Amino acid sequence: MSCKLAIEDLNLYYGDFHALKSIHMEIQPNEITAFIGPSGCGKSTLLKSLNRMNDLVEGCRITGAVKLDGEDIYHGMDVNLLRKRIGMVFQKPNPFPMSVYDNIAYGPRTHGIRSKAKLDDIVERSLRNAAIWDELKDRLKKSALGLSGGQQQRLCIARALAVEPEVLLMDEPTSALDPISTSKIEDLAVELKKDYTIVMVTHNMQQAARISDKTAFFLLGEVIEYGETESLFSMPKDKRTEDYITGRFG
Amino acid sequence: MKWSNIKELLMHILFFLTACVSIFAVVLICVFLFANGIPAIGKIGVFKFLLGTKWKPGNDIYGILPMILGSLYVTAGAIIIGVPIGLLTAVFLAKFCPKGLYKILKPATELMAGVPSVVYGFFGLVVLVPLVQNIFGVAGNTMLTASVLLGIMILPTIIGVSESAIRAVPDSYYEGSLALGASHERSVFFATLPAARSGILAGVVLGIGRAIGETMAVVMVAGNKPRMPQGLLDGVRTMTANIVMEMGYATDLHREALIATAVVLFVFILMINVTFSLLRRKDRA
Repeated sequence: MSCKLAIEDLNLYYGDFHALKSIHMEIQPNEITAFIGPSGCGKSTLLKSLNRMNDLVEGCRITGAVKLDGEDIYHGMDVNLLRKRIGMVFQKPNPFPMSVYDNIAYGPRTHGIRSKAKLDDIVERSLRNAAIWDELKDRLKKSALGLSGGQQQRLCIARALAVEPEVLLMDEPTSALDPISTSKIEDLAVELKKDYTIVMVTHNMQQAARISDKTAFFLLGEVIEYGETESLFSMPKDKRTEDYITGRFG
Repeated sequence: MKWSNIKELLMHILFFLTACVSIFAVVLICVFLFANGIPAIGKIGVFKFLLGTKWKPGNDIYGILPMILGSLYVTAGAIIIGVPIGLLTAVFLAKFCPKGLYKILKPATELMAGVPSVVYGFFGLVVLVPLVQNIFGVAGNTMLTASVLLGIMILPTIIGVSESAIRAVPDSYYEGSLALGASHERSVFFATLPAARSGILAGVVLGIGRAIGETMAVVMVAGNKPRMPQGLLDGVRTMTANIVMEMGYATDLHREALIATAVVLFVFILMINVTFSLLRRKDRA
């Protein structure tokens, strides 16, 4: 079995609104999969159904299945355990209003790690993995809210890594950042795919083309085209994909 | 000048005057209090007045330490009882309460704030006093009774301010916590609640202000003995009770000493209000 996440005939409704229409997709491990498409096309919605953050939305109803290593995440899986295995980085950096250290230690503490030595180790390792240890090692006790936007976002990535997830979901992680911070996050994502499976929503087509291995193009709640990033951008099979990536609409 | 401009100007002046009335009232209270109270404190002696442990108007001995301590103890008791209950209620209302239940609970807590304090006092007299009497076998008018009653009375303040502070915390903290695999409860208590800290503290401070200034209900249940507080199950007299019980018949220095008591109370309230606005400002920053 090769695929990490299998999405099978997934339909999602917000009340009467049919937001995702019969999605089928297989997401491979140790790859970056990018979701692109115009606003409101359902790409963020699909991302949030992968770690069940849509459970928070009132009137949200889902049919079909999402399978993580073959296990259905909507039936019989503990949702907190699921979210430990599938981490998430949000569009707007959202560090907790506490110290850098406590931000990283929050997840491990949640999952029962109390030993100071262990936590110290996890904090350092996570910050190193997120390529931000050198910038922050002298500021571990300072408030995370004092960091720049780009640092905050990498801190949030480190925070997600600290619970040792298998999959990392990124919801437009660079849309609130400047170009330099953006390129740091992109480099980081490429580095991280060695150990993690990454699914990323992006508005930035160059970004998808630069760093992703597979790309899915969404339109009005449907996946129009899904395949190797290189071929999708160079030889789109569908006319609508071509129109979108050449900038004719969206 | 056009008529509409004149009208505008007149309204402007009117609004200015109405605003002045309320400010004028506060200033007048200050002037009255300090003008009448400060000389009395001078006559009695600052230390004898503030630190004196005996209050015997018959012998011209005016020490209000028992009343200051009485107010502080009763207020502390009210905080110990009111804050945990109020805070957890606020958390429940903001993060756990089903919508249908909220529609009943929220107005109920608001109604609590509207109940006249004499009614609370009556409740204390009829329910709490006999309860304390039966449980502990002492006269029911005690520090404990007053603390419990005040603890109940400050609930709506603490619930209201804390709930809005919790609701003001961005959902992104809560969601960030959930995304790390934390349960709903853990996310609320360890991500959302710490972020609402200063707002909640402001609610507590406002509650302290209410408790220390409360008069009627306290007079009805506290026992009002003008001597150093002896313990939880003994009667106490607060500063407010001291004023309201004796003002009716006091004359000369006795009367002035009561006004001076009000000065001390006023200074306490002032400090509490300053703390409150500082916390509020920090909360917004």
